[in-house]
Amino acid sequence: MGFLIFLFWAAITLGVAIAAAWGFRAVAAAVTRGEMRRALRNAPLTASFGMLVIFIYLVVAILAPLIAPFPERTVVGSQFIPWSAEHWLGTDALGRDMFSRMIYGTRNTVGIAFATTALAFLIGSVFGLLAATVGGWLDQGLSRLVDVMMAIPSLIFALLLLTIFGTSILTLILVIAVIDSTRVFRLARAVTEGVVVMDYIEAARLRGEGLGYLITREILPNVTAPLVAEFGLRFCFVFLSISALSFLGLGIQPPTADWGSMVRENATLITFGDITPLLPAGAIALLTVAVNFVVDWQLYRASGLKE
Amino acid sequence: MTKKDVLLNIRGLKIEGKSGDDWLAIVNGVNLTLHRGEVLGLIGESGAGKSTIGLAAMGFARDGCRISDGVIEFDGTDLREASQDQLRRLRGKRIAYVAQSAAASFNPAHKLMDQYCEAPVRHGVMSRSQAEKDAVELYRKMQLPDPEGIGFRFPHQVSGGQLQRAMTAMAMSCRPDLIIFDEPTTALDVTTQIEVLAAIRDIVEQFGTAAIYITHDLAVVAQMADRIKILLKGDEVEEADTETMLSAPKDDYTKSLWAVRSFQRAEQAAPRDKPVVSLRNISAAYGPVKVLDDISFDIHPRRTVAVVGESGSGKSTAARVITGLLPPTRGEVLFDGEALPPDYRKRTRDQLRHAQMIYQMADTALNPKLTLRRLIGRPAQMYLGLRGRALTERIRELLDLIELEPDQYIDRLPSELSGGQKQRIGIARALAAEPRFIICDEVTSALDQIVAEGILRLLDKLQSEFNLAYMFITHDLATVRAIADDVVVMQKGRVVEQGPKPEMFAPPHEPYTELLLSSVPEMDPDWLTKLLEQRSRKGLPQSADQ
Repeated sequence: MGFLIFLFWAAITLGVAIAAAWGFRAVAAAVTRGEMRRALRNAPLTASFGMLVIFIYLVVAILAPLIAPFPERTVVGSQFIPWSAEHWLGTDALGRDMFSRMIYGTRNTVGIAFATTALAFLIGSVFGLLAATVGGWLDQGLSRLVDVMMAIPSLIFALLLLTIFGTSILTLILVIAVIDSTRVFRLARAVTEGVVVMDYIEAARLRGEGLGYLITREILPNVTAPLVAEFGLRFCFVFLSISALSFLGLGIQPPTADWGSMVRENATLITFGDITPLLPAGAIALLTVAVNFVVDWQLYRASGLKE
Repeated sequence: MTKKDVLLNIRGLKIEGKSGDDWLAIVNGVNLTLHRGEVLGLIGESGAGKSTIGLAAMGFARDGCRISDGVIEFDGTDLREASQDQLRRLRGKRIAYVAQSAAASFNPAHKLMDQYCEAPVRHGVMSRSQAEKDAVELYRKMQLPDPEGIGFRFPHQVSGGQLQRAMTAMAMSCRPDLIIFDEPTTALDVTTQIEVLAAIRDIVEQFGTAAIYITHDLAVVAQMADRIKILLKGDEVEEADTETMLSAPKDDYTKSLWAVRSFQRAEQAAPRDKPVVSLRNISAAYGPVKVLDDISFDIHPRRTVAVVGESGSGKSTAARVITGLLPPTRGEVLFDGEALPPDYRKRTRDQLRHAQMIYQMADTALNPKLTLRRLIGRPAQMYLGLRGRALTERIRELLDLIELEPDQYIDRLPSELSGGQKQRIGIARALAAEPRFIICDEVTSALDQIVAEGILRLLDKLQSEFNLAYMFITHDLATVRAIADDVVVMQKGRVVEQGPKPEMFAPPHEPYTELLLSSVPEMDPDWLTKLLEQRSRKGLPQSADQ
C-alpha cells in the first residue's frame, strides 16, 4: 500500500514537472524572438524544465528579502517548531525560521558556487590552453604543478588551506576555485592538444598569427563544447564541496544561511522522522539536475550531434 | 548462364539514411545479379552508395541506415528475412568483407594469426592447428614475405600493403562464396597497389570466388572485374561487360568519368626568369631519423614542379622545410635568391605571405567553427591591411575566382560544403595572401576524379592569371602528367631523378622511376597481366619494399 502511495505521488510530481516545463517553454518562446525563439521552441522538455528551475532559483535569490517572511539571522521562535501556518518549515536548532533561511540560502550557496566555478574555469582553461598551445617547458612546468596538486585529496587540501588562510567567503571561493581549476586545466589541455595538431592551426601559425589570436579565435571555438559540459558537472561538484566544507564547519560561517550547514545543524531531526533537514539537500540535488539538463541540451546544439 | 549459377540476386534495393528526424534515400532501387566465380566492379563517386550496397549484400546496414525495400537473395536465402543467427552463420563463412583500411580494421591488440583463425574455428570449418597451416599456405599464395612467421606479428609490425594482403587472406580463410572488397587499394601507393591487386586477382581466380569490387578508380576496376556497374547518387547508371564498358560507354556520365584523365595543361616555355624558390643541398631529420638527404631543386614562376614519390619518400618533409616548420640540418632555402631564415617564427610577414600552402585534407585544414568570410578574409586582412567594405569586396572577388557564388557562400561554415568546395576554399585562402609561390600537398588525392579534375583546371587557370609558382606534391602520376612542367622523383629522402616533364616521361628511366611509371594502372583490362609478365621476365622487383 505504501508503495502504491509512493507511486501515486511520484506520478503526480512527474506530471506537474512535465506540465511546468511545457508551459515554461511555451511562455519563453512567446516572449523571445529570432534565433533564440527557434532554439527555445525546439528545446527538449528536460532542458526547459532545467531552465525553469534555474529561473526560479534566480528569482528567489534576487528577491530573497521580499519573499522570505522572516529575516535570515534572527531568532523568531522556540527551537525545532514543527511545520505550521506561521513557520512553514518550522524553526531550526536556534529558533530561526527554516523557510526564510532556505530562501536566503539560495543567494549564498548558489552565488558562491557559481562564482567559484566561474573562477575555476577562468584559471583552468587559460592555463590549459596556454600549456597545450605553447608546449615545451611551460607545458611541463604547469602540468607537473597540477599533478602535484591533484595528488593531494581535494577535500583534505581544501581543509588545510582554509585552516591556514582563515574562513572568509573570499578565501573559500579562492581555495576551492584553485583546487578545482586543476581538473579544468587537465581537460582544457587535453582537448586543446587534439586541436593544435590540426592543419588549420599549422596554417594559422605559418600565417604568422600571434598567440592571442591563435588561442581566442582558432582554438577556443573548437574546445568550448567539452568545456561547457564540464562546467555543468564541475558546478555540481563545487556545490557539493562547499556544502561538505560547511558541514564540517569550515565553509560558509554561521549565522549566514547556507544549505550545507543547514543540513548539519538540523541533522538530529532526522532521527525523529522529520524530513526538514533533507530539504536543503533536495534543493541542491534539484539544481544539480537542472543545470545538467540545460548543459546537455547546449552541448547537443553546439556539437552538431543532431546530424 | 543458368539460373542455378546465380549467387547473389538483389532486386529493387532501397536504403535510407537518417538525417535529423527524416529518412533520406541513399540507394533508390538498385538491381544486381552476381554469378558464381564472377567479379563485379561497382564504380561511383563518394556518396554514390557503393559501400552501402556492398554492406547490404551481407544483409547489413550501418548505424543510422536501414534497408527499406527490396530483396537480397544470397544462394536462395533472403537476407532481409534471415534471423541474426542465420546471418551470423553466413558472414565470415560464406560471405566475407575486406575493408578499405586494413590498418584500421585489424585489432591492434592481437596477432595476425589469432585474427585469421577466429572465423574458421568459430564457424567450425577447421581446428586451430589446421587453420594455422592453412593461413601459412594462403600467406604464401598472397606472396607475403616470410609466410611462416608473419602470422605471429602484430598489425603495426607489418606494412600497409602487406596488411591489406593479410586481410584478403583472412577473408579467404573459410573459402567463402562471395567476398566484398571495399576500396582495398585506395589507401596504398601505386607500387604497393600492384602487388595487392595481383594477389587479390590470383586468389579469387584460384578459388573461383565471386567478388564485388568497390572502387572509384576506373583503371583498377578494369583489371579486376568481369562486369562493371556504374552508380550515381544511389541510382544505377549503366552496367556492361568490362570490355564493352571501356570501349563503348553509353551514358553521358560514364563518358565524363572516362574522359577525366584527359586534362593536359598547355606546354610552357622553358624558364627564363630566375627561380622563385630554390632548395640548396637540404638535409633534414626528425630527431635521429634522417628523412632528407642532400636535396636540391628550383621552382620558377609560372611553372609547376611535381614532387613524386611513395609515402615515406620525404616529399612532404621537403614542404615542411620550405615553410619553415622543420629547420633543415644542412643546406638552405632561397627565396628570390635570398636565404630564408630556417625557422618560420624568424621570418618576416612578407616572407610568410609569399609562400602559401594548400593541404591534402581540407577537412582538417579549415577551422570548422569559422565562416568562409573569416577563413578567406583573415590573410587579406592581415597581410594587405584590408578592412570593412574593401575586405568584403576582396572576399567576394576571391569566391568568384574559385567559382563559388559569393552571396550564397560567404557566411557558410566549412561543414556546409562538399569536399571539392572545401578544397576550393583552401585555394582561396592561399590566394588571399597574394603569394608568389604555393605548395599543393596532395590536394586532389582525397577527392573524386571528376572533382579533382575541376581543382586541377582551377589551379592551372590561377597560375597563368597570377604568375604563380607551384610545388605539387603527389603520388599520383596521372596528376603529374596533367599539371607538371618539371618533375622531381624522390625515394627514401633522396632525389632519384629530375627534369622537365617531356624528358621524364620518355625513356630511358632510372629503375625507380621506371617502377613508378609502370605501376600506374591503365584502362587496358590486360594491363596488369602484361605488366606482371614483363616484370617477371626482366626480373624487376615487384615493389620497392621487398
